[in-house]
Amino acid sequence: MSSIDTDVGRRTGQANPGPSWRERLTKALPIFVLVPSLAASFVYIFVFTSWTLYISLSNSSLLPSYGFVGLDNYASLWSNRRWNIAYSNLFFFSAFYIVGAMAIGLALAILIDQRVRGEAMWRTIFLYPLAVSFIVTGTVWSWLYNPVDGIQMLVRSLGWTNFNFALASDRNTAIYAIIITGIWQSSGFAMALFLAGLRSVDQDLIKAAQIDGASTFRTYRKVILPVIAPIFLAVAVIQIQFAIKTFDLVAALTRGGPGISTTFPAIYVYDLMFQRGQIGEGAAAAMMMLAALAVVLVPYSFYVVWRHRKESRHG
Amino acid sequence: MSSLTIRNLRKSFGAVEVLKGINIEAQAGEFIALVGPSGCGKSTLLAMIAGLETVSEGEIRIGDRLVNSVAPKDRDIAMVFQSYALYPTMTVRENITFGMESRGVPKPQRDEAVKRVSALLQIEPLLGRKPGQLSGGQRQRVAMGRALVRDPKLFLFDEPLSNLDAKLRVDMRTEIKKLHHRVGKTTVYVTHDQVEAMTLASRIAVMHQGQVQQFDEPQTVYDRPANMFVAGFMGSPAMNFIPAEVGTDTDGKPAVSIKTAGASTTMLALHEGVSGISTRNVILGVRPEHIFRYSPELKAAKPSIAKVDAPVEMVEPTGAETIGFMRFGDLEVVGRFDPDEAPRMGETITLGIDMSHACLFDPITKKLL
Repeated sequence: MSSIDTDVGRRTGQANPGPSWRERLTKALPIFVLVPSLAASFVYIFVFTSWTLYISLSNSSLLPSYGFVGLDNYASLWSNRRWNIAYSNLFFFSAFYIVGAMAIGLALAILIDQRVRGEAMWRTIFLYPLAVSFIVTGTVWSWLYNPVDGIQMLVRSLGWTNFNFALASDRNTAIYAIIITGIWQSSGFAMALFLAGLRSVDQDLIKAAQIDGASTFRTYRKVILPVIAPIFLAVAVIQIQFAIKTFDLVAALTRGGPGISTTFPAIYVYDLMFQRGQIGEGAAAAMMMLAALAVVLVPYSFYVVWRHRKESRHG
Repeated sequence: MSSLTIRNLRKSFGAVEVLKGINIEAQAGEFIALVGPSGCGKSTLLAMIAGLETVSEGEIRIGDRLVNSVAPKDRDIAMVFQSYALYPTMTVRENITFGMESRGVPKPQRDEAVKRVSALLQIEPLLGRKPGQLSGGQRQRVAMGRALVRDPKLFLFDEPLSNLDAKLRVDMRTEIKKLHHRVGKTTVYVTHDQVEAMTLASRIAVMHQGQVQQFDEPQTVYDRPANMFVAGFMGSPAMNFIPAEVGTDTDGKPAVSIKTAGASTTMLALHEGVSGISTRNVILGVRPEHIFRYSPELKAAKPSIAKVDAPVEMVEPTGAETIGFMRFGDLEVVGRFDPDEAPRMGETITLGIDMSHACLFDPITKKLL
């Protein structure tokens, strides 16, 4: 095919004196438009990532220096209990936060999909938390969790004087406080995506299932949800990168406490780099965060490419 | 097998009345086509028969059972959708058995049914594939397989062929007809294609603006359309409508005069059966195939042929026939000609009009006289 193309090109090339400057400009225009953003992406992503990688292998402390120390920074990082807690917190939080936000988002989307009255209002209400920044969410919820003037105090003032609600103040449960707040913030976003998916399902499919005698539950489980399976994946991937860079929510809600129980990698990196002047170890921690993200995103992008190929093969 | 009775059925969406008192009765095993232009309410009617739309007024009976408020799954119907509505994540086999599974039919019976239907439709090699891997015609077969497998009382088809290319459509049309012949189920078939309706149906309901304009056998609908809408809708190219005045010709027989080339008028003797027309002004309806090149031999063989001169304005050869456009006063009249005796552009042709097939309509009520 390509050999034929070039043949044709050569023949027409002989007939014409070559493309005019206008044609050349039209051809080059996409490149002109794309170059600035491509260059910026290249510098900010690849150059700085490589630089961070190098710093993580160097003996940098307060300022970058370029003495090569191998994996020393990583070794010291992993020997630190606080980092281990932070890293395991990340996985624990991510798992519950993603599953919870998706489950609640899907449930809300299915409820709204039943053609409820005032649909636009419900949609706005559930989507609204997303418009609030994590720092505001964290601050407001930290007041709610506060035993002295939050939910506990409200319920006690209503008469249940023995009521205890101090989720965020207990080192064993503080992580759940963060998970709940995170779910509150982003389940509306999951709902919006799921709802868009549900609405894009061919209505004839649902009618066909109705005639086939499938119950509503069976119709969702066997027909509708499999059709919108790609949306589950998209929502999960977006939530994962929210989860991995979690910083402001925790910073405002618990500041990593009580003690070090809710430390997260992003907080730890910030501490090392800007509070304690250990840029080398901070960069190593940042690389570990990148690794966590890559574990998820690399298989995902392979999957996307694979599916794209498969679809184009079947036309 | 059971009959379908629709009595005085109405449907409103808010203030808009889409169906205005529909009466249709289908005997057991009959093939009914609902045909009409888009927006005539035919798909809504089908959805109501299926139970996917609620009934505003009137009644629907399948057999003797009133099904107005029966859920779709309990009506014992099967439907083929325009988009086929195959479940995209299931294989062909799963698509076909989904309904039986939902109804708790045991597996050996399901396998048996799949075997029977896939043999009938010749889709055995496709059973393991997903709908995305099938061609349009194959999807169509699978959709019919899903409908056939359940052995329902009533088959509903919602424009099942409109997504296929022209050639495949003709093939599938023939196949649906054969299939109906073999299975013999009561069928309601919605289409906007009057050829499909003519070829498939045992009776046609022509719908327009939420009303059934005519409900009769295909040939009757074609030959004796109840009104000008039906006359214009059925047949392609459409029937010619020529304003005419009732009078008598030189022999004293009833005739109509029509305007022809220039300001002149021509008297056309009416068919003998036609009499007792009280109105003076009528619309003469002539199908294009009843307009041809005049010859004395034809006239001798068929005395009902009338003779008219008209200039030819345009000619469209289609291969099998040639469509000619002639000028009658301010009207353009279409005729279908044998290519061997096709008119030439600019020629003034002597036309023969077979008045035995002509229809007369009341210009005010638009009804057949």
